[in-house]
Amino acid sequence: MEQWECNACGYIYDPAEGDDSAGIAPGTPFEDLPDDWVCPVCGVGKEEFTKV
Amino acid sequence: MKPVLLKEGIYWVGAVDWDLRYFHGPIYTTHRGTTYNSYLIADDHLTLVDAVYAPFAGELIGRIKAVADPSRIENVIVNHIETDHAGALPEIMKLAPGAKIYCSARARDGLQKHFPGAGWDYRVVKTGMELSTGRRTLTFVEAPMLHWPDSMFTYIPQEALLLPNDAFGQHLASSSRFDDEVDGHVLMEEAAKYYANILYPVSRLVLKKLAELEGMNIPVEMIAPSHGIIWRSRSSRIVEAYRRWAAGEWERKSLVVYETMWGSTMLMARAIAEGLSDQGVATKLYRISAGDYSDIIKELLEARLLVVGSSTIHRHFIASLAPFLDSLACLQPVNRIGAVFGSYGWSKGAAQAVTERLKQAGIETVPESLEVLWIPDQDDRQRCYQWGGSLAGLL
Repeated sequence: MEQWECNACGYIYDPAEGDDSAGIAPGTPFEDLPDDWVCPVCGVGKEEFTKV
Repeated sequence: MKPVLLKEGIYWVGAVDWDLRYFHGPIYTTHRGTTYNSYLIADDHLTLVDAVYAPFAGELIGRIKAVADPSRIENVIVNHIETDHAGALPEIMKLAPGAKIYCSARARDGLQKHFPGAGWDYRVVKTGMELSTGRRTLTFVEAPMLHWPDSMFTYIPQEALLLPNDAFGQHLASSSRFDDEVDGHVLMEEAAKYYANILYPVSRLVLKKLAELEGMNIPVEMIAPSHGIIWRSRSSRIVEAYRRWAAGEWERKSLVVYETMWGSTMLMARAIAEGLSDQGVATKLYRISAGDYSDIIKELLEARLLVVGSSTIHRHFIASLAPFLDSLACLQPVNRIGAVFGSYGWSKGAAQAVTERLKQAGIETVPESLEVLWIPDQDDRQRCYQWGGSLAGLL
């Protein structure tokens, strides 16, 4: 599954890990994250992410 | 003040701001002022690392001139674009228009928005990239969100000198520049206040960055941040403190923070604090309106338990607690627990609202809050004392 990088701060969303802080289970592809999901590090929205 | 020598050929050329009493707008009180630290590397290629807040540009330029002609500056390293460091950049670039600016990609993007049309010669760097200034090789380490996306550290291996900009800084004005020249307690207090009010929410990244630096296996003897005192003799002490704070380690300490209308909640707060301290828990008691919440937040770096109280007014907590509770929600203290109390007349509400705010701050509270109707009598105060004592069992 593809990793996505936050344009604002460089955080990388790794689907294998998910996002514990937002209750996103490991194995969740970036495309399936809810629309209101934000970068757990700096808080910008999904539209600020670029495929690595 | 003359330029101050850090290492042979490397000078502090910054400015001391004795008057500053608020930082980041009105949210962070700086009782002891601050400094804006800028460093000049007088190597074959004259290099400036970071600038100062714009009103202090004249001081910066004066100190550079005491070492070298500013028009000879060939490289300007911008570790961080925030205006208290990059604000004086245009004045430097006027004197040295041919200088190249070395910074992260996000810093370049940010500088272009801060100084549109400046037409500066940017050289974007990434972690591991180097710049030779002659005898020295500057090495860059990107540090995104420590504490802005653009943040970067510069390391000089020849001197084992780390220039991490805002990391490891403190708001402390002084005529001395080094840690062994100032009161150690004051220094650590201001370093702690800085961490709590600025870096707390990125504690996870702090731990990762410390591990990364350790993994790079680079000796660090001196840490010269962009605010306050330079760590010369005790650099390992501040690194260890950052590790402890970021990991959420704690001591057997608690804070009781409250607001009161007519004194009932104050009586409760005092009895609770006594109950805790009689069980051997070092406890500090703060009426929120009597002090300054950015000072109180610093105490959470050591205290694990935060006990918050308010009288109920308009079915809510007293609004003077809101800036403190909002700040906690922003700062996300690591590994802390809470408890909530307060007095009420007819309807309740304060305790539940405070509990919700603490939850937003990532602070889990004990299930039973303690509420007292009207004025706490002898039995009520005893109940408060015992409740405080029982909270000691959590630590």
